[in-house]
Amino acid sequence: MTDILSTVFLASLLSGGVISAVPLIYAGLGEAISERSGVLNLGLEGMMVAGAYAGFVATLNSGSIWFGLFVGGIAGLVVSLFMVGLCVYLNADQIVVGIALTLGATGVTALLHSAQYSKSYPRLPKAGVLSIPLLSKIPVVGVGLFSQHASTYLVLVLVAGAMWFFRSTRIGLNIKAAGDQPHALEAAGGNPRRTRTVAVMTAGFLAGVGGAHIALIGAGLFVPGVTNGAGDIGIVLAMLARGKLWWIVAGAGLIGVSLSLTTALQLIGLNIPIDAVQMLPFLLIIVVLFIFGRDSYLPAALCLPYDREAR
Amino acid sequence: MTVPLSPAPENDDLDHPRSDKAESRLKRSLTTISVSVLPVVAAIIVGGLLLLVLGRNPFLFYSNVISHGLIGSLGRQESLIRMAPLLLLAAGLMVAFPAGIWNLGGDGQFVLAGVVVAALGPQMAPYTNGWILFPVLFVVAFAVGAAWSIVPGIMKAWLGMNEIITTLMATFLGLRLSALLVKEFFADPSTTVPQTKVLPVKDRLPRIFGTRVNIGLVIGIVAILGVHYMMTRTAFGLRLRIVGMNPAAAVHAGMNMKALTMSIFLISSGLAGMAAAVQIVGVDGVVRAEWNPAFGFTIVPLVFLARFNGPAVIGFVGAFAVLQIGGEWASRQADLPNYFVVVLVALMLLFLAVSEYLQSRSVRAGER
Repeated sequence: MTDILSTVFLASLLSGGVISAVPLIYAGLGEAISERSGVLNLGLEGMMVAGAYAGFVATLNSGSIWFGLFVGGIAGLVVSLFMVGLCVYLNADQIVVGIALTLGATGVTALLHSAQYSKSYPRLPKAGVLSIPLLSKIPVVGVGLFSQHASTYLVLVLVAGAMWFFRSTRIGLNIKAAGDQPHALEAAGGNPRRTRTVAVMTAGFLAGVGGAHIALIGAGLFVPGVTNGAGDIGIVLAMLARGKLWWIVAGAGLIGVSLSLTTALQLIGLNIPIDAVQMLPFLLIIVVLFIFGRDSYLPAALCLPYDREAR
Repeated sequence: MTVPLSPAPENDDLDHPRSDKAESRLKRSLTTISVSVLPVVAAIIVGGLLLLVLGRNPFLFYSNVISHGLIGSLGRQESLIRMAPLLLLAAGLMVAFPAGIWNLGGDGQFVLAGVVVAALGPQMAPYTNGWILFPVLFVVAFAVGAAWSIVPGIMKAWLGMNEIITTLMATFLGLRLSALLVKEFFADPSTTVPQTKVLPVKDRLPRIFGTRVNIGLVIGIVAILGVHYMMTRTAFGLRLRIVGMNPAAAVHAGMNMKALTMSIFLISSGLAGMAAAVQIVGVDGVVRAEWNPAFGFTIVPLVFLARFNGPAVIGFVGAFAVLQIGGEWASRQADLPNYFVVVLVALMLLFLAVSEYLQSRSVRAGER
């Protein structure tokens, strides 16, 4: 009896954990790229909400999850253009604009949602999964880890790609330079503003895809607040990663599992107050920040607008 | 990296002869007003366009906001009542933001303090009178709010950890903890709704001259003016502003950064806690599980729009309270969710960024 329970419990914990973790990886990766270039993107949550809504509408009307993820990415990118225009080109305060974008995107999507779907509250069919042969047959962990929507594996490929990109490409190095020594980048013939633009737009696209992943694959619907702070957690992950992108995956996995603990515990009928369980991920984050926070690496020019004339 | 010290525009009247002083002062206050008011006007216009897109009549919406939130006696009193917690939250941010500390954990500090006050109030009320009850509840609220920022404060002061992240996480944690406390520990056994016991109306904050407005409004205004005085006229306030403008200079001047940082966190969050006390002891009398009016996050833009200036903050908070109270009603009339006010605030912030850019460009052009 107990081992049936624990199998059910573990399987649900793992697959729920992966579903919660994937959007965090998208968001954390995007934020890491943006922060590397010197832009603290507090609008990440707003970009995720925009992605969640646009992706939901796109999938609802087209029936295609991939199309929804793409449209979600575009929506996140559109929100990030405000950040580019105001913070990269007009030197506005990144924190103020970030908060504004999060508030604005949350409000606008809630208004649009109520205008279109407040009567019907449509749901999406369950997203299909890609079962990896052999691996998905492993007992207990197989289904959770290797039988997920293909977007799950895509994000891991993206993380690996980004690691290579930062190490080995000119644009990757430019992004790092724009975050640490933008004046040096300019002196070397680069363009800090253009570099930051690319980085922030990439972050917007990734956050948008992450938000769409929540709505399309995690929740199967859009309601205001569906992202539930995933953007903020993404920012934390990016800061914790200290430039080592695999840490984002590890951190997201840990937080994802603790997020899915509520459902898993309910599934086996353990009666622990939900609120206490839901405190876990945030408690975990604070403890991790406390232990590893000292080493957290932030680019030297983070949050500072690049001003060619101010030297 | 050394930054060349150029005289800040604020100090330029020292160099000017006396006759220019009045003129430059007038010019400066005109610029300040235009930089603060233009974003509001632009936001109202763009918000109106959004209403058009949603098929609502923007003129009807805005006139509903004004007629309910400002002109109607009931609504106006509601707006004045709403101002009290907002003012205290704003006072807290006025301590933190000029010092460069981004305390975005206001909602967690607010809700948690509210829960503790709502649990304690009805227990104490039968045995005491207002002279003891209110001060105790306010001190407790201040302490709870402040306590919730100790960890982010330590992490900022000793580990240099970015406080935006830690205070946001502390808010998520605080909201869950609050719900847990209400459901499991402070629940009123006489009702099935998960909520605390209700503080009887007779034990709430006294009202002003036969209106429905309680003295929380006075507390809020005093808090804002007190913080304004502290920041502009005392040595402590000057230290905080130096920490915000140039931390390196503050270290060179031998200031105790750790103690200053901690005191900023504690005062700022304590005021957020007191804001909750005003709301609970003055208005609600009870906290339900999942209560979170999200005042803390929406107040952030107003403090910016007002440039941390106390009287201006009171003005903006007043206008915002009208917008909130009137907006709730207008939204219901227009069959919209309450999010429209949030969008307006976001638009104001974005236009603030644009108008600051335009202003800085004209300052630069003037220097040439």
